Amino acid sequence: MTDQVWIEAALSSARPQAVSALLRYFRDLDTAEEAYQEACLRALKSWPKNGPPRDPAAWLIFVGRNAGVDAVRRNKRLTALPDEEKLSDLDDAEASVVERLDGADYRDDILRLLFICCHPDLPATQQIALALRIVSGLSVRQIARAFLVSEAAMEQRITRAKGRIGGAGVPFETPGAVERAERLAAVAAMVYLVFNEGYSAEAAEARARAPLCEEAIRLGRLLIRLFPTEPEIMGLLALMLIQHARADARFGGDGNAILLEDQDRSLWKAPLISEGLALIDKAMRHRRPGAYQVQAAIAALHARAARPEDTDWPQIDLLYRSLEALQPSPVVTLNRAVAVSKIAGPAAALDLIEPLADRLSGYFYFFGVKGNLLMQLGRNAEARVAFDRAIALANTAAEAAHIRGHLDRLMADAGKASVQRGAS
Amino acid sequence: MLYAVLCYNDEAVTSAWSKQEDEMVMGRLMKVQEKVARQGRLGPVARLVPTTAATTLRKTRDEPIVIDGPFAETKEQLLGFYMVDMPSLDAALDFARELAAANPGVGSYEIRPVGYFAQNGIDT
Repeated sequence: MTDQVWIEAALSSARPQAVSALLRYFRDLDTAEEAYQEACLRALKSWPKNGPPRDPAAWLIFVGRNAGVDAVRRNKRLTALPDEEKLSDLDDAEASVVERLDGADYRDDILRLLFICCHPDLPATQQIALALRIVSGLSVRQIARAFLVSEAAMEQRITRAKGRIGGAGVPFETPGAVERAERLAAVAAMVYLVFNEGYSAEAAEARARAPLCEEAIRLGRLLIRLFPTEPEIMGLLALMLIQHARADARFGGDGNAILLEDQDRSLWKAPLISEGLALIDKAMRHRRPGAYQVQAAIAALHARAARPEDTDWPQIDLLYRSLEALQPSPVVTLNRAVAVSKIAGPAAALDLIEPLADRLSGYFYFFGVKGNLLMQLGRNAEARVAFDRAIALANTAAEAAHIRGHLDRLMADAGKASVQRGAS
Repeated sequence: MLYAVLCYNDEAVTSAWSKQEDEMVMGRLMKVQEKVARQGRLGPVARLVPTTAATTLRKTRDEPIVIDGPFAETKEQLLGFYMVDMPSLDAALDFARELAAANPGVGSYEIRPVGYFAQNGIDT
């Protein structure tokens, strides 16, 4: 088993580097992918026999390049290159490829490949599908399963996406500093999108969609290896790790979502959290705050609290304030209101969210939070109105069930109250 | 003699393991250490978080500088270590051989005699 497991792991970890270098060489996504596939086939034959190459990515690039050239020539009815028996002895050639593709080249290649996947002409769902197919190398079937669509539909989505970027022109020149930063920001947003697709699934889908979170984390690790001193990339990876650490605690046996304060914290995965905390600590040292870092810092404060009552709400309030400054949004303010309710009480929080009513009139969580605050204030009739509205806006059965739980409690309280009144 | 058995591998490869593969490897390594633990020869064991989470403090003549990332950018990273009390280098090598057999893929184990060791105590 060990050969097989190791070779597969080596192939999948070398994939982004190999495909992106082949893309630079052939300047065509399909040719690059086919060349990579061919190189993998040859690796499966050659590696068990000849032992693992010193640098699997360089080996795959070298062999893939020859295979691709070979295919191009065959199509042109020209002479083929030497066969793979000769190619499998790559020692000298491999070393020179390694030299030429060192560091910076790899980095820009992979960034380009990821950047192509998040082309602004593509809708978010196509960006994600394309990245999972091309960069992560998931099969169409795996992606289709994660998106809960048929394989044929996913195949079509990916083909359409490829067609769109094929015509759009791919930037092959080495990016300047500003352009590199812009690409990195777009790529980070796309990786976060992949993560959210997995994270926002409800219980019934969570198992099928969990691979999306894992892939996003893997892409995050790839990015941070390429850009080890970018605090926002540290923040992004930290955020994903800490959120994903809670995966097992987020749903009950009945499939209902469990709120942060009700989760069994012993189910949180400590290794992921400690890695996330290390990254966010490191990022903060740079004193270049950004939205991912702030969100990760908020997640870190929750993760650091052994019990819900240990949560540092004043600090969370401050962090949401800085997020409001970085990325003003009524949703951020709504989140801050939860922190405010813990510090200054429900009335203060209600004051904070009242002005958001217009902009969040179609937002499930607005009415969920509002109902909750009203309930805490004992304004049960108004709370019921807010909860009814929330149920109407619920996107998933689990969301609706969660609010229904609140309504049931309100009804029970109302019942108790009238019994008490009757008795007195 | 106390030996530190330092585990090196390419992080890019180990982080490409799926959760199942990772658990399988850790399970196999656990079996190897249990044997040594029963003999009372096993000291602290640590698995390190990936080097992307590492920060390095480099001494300079003036103020030490703090940089992101591991001490050196190499092909293989230090992933963790075992402390074992072995009668000889050969015995320590045997232990490392068993670890290597339990662990798929490439990578290496460096065996270093421990010159100073303080048990101390941290609550985890």
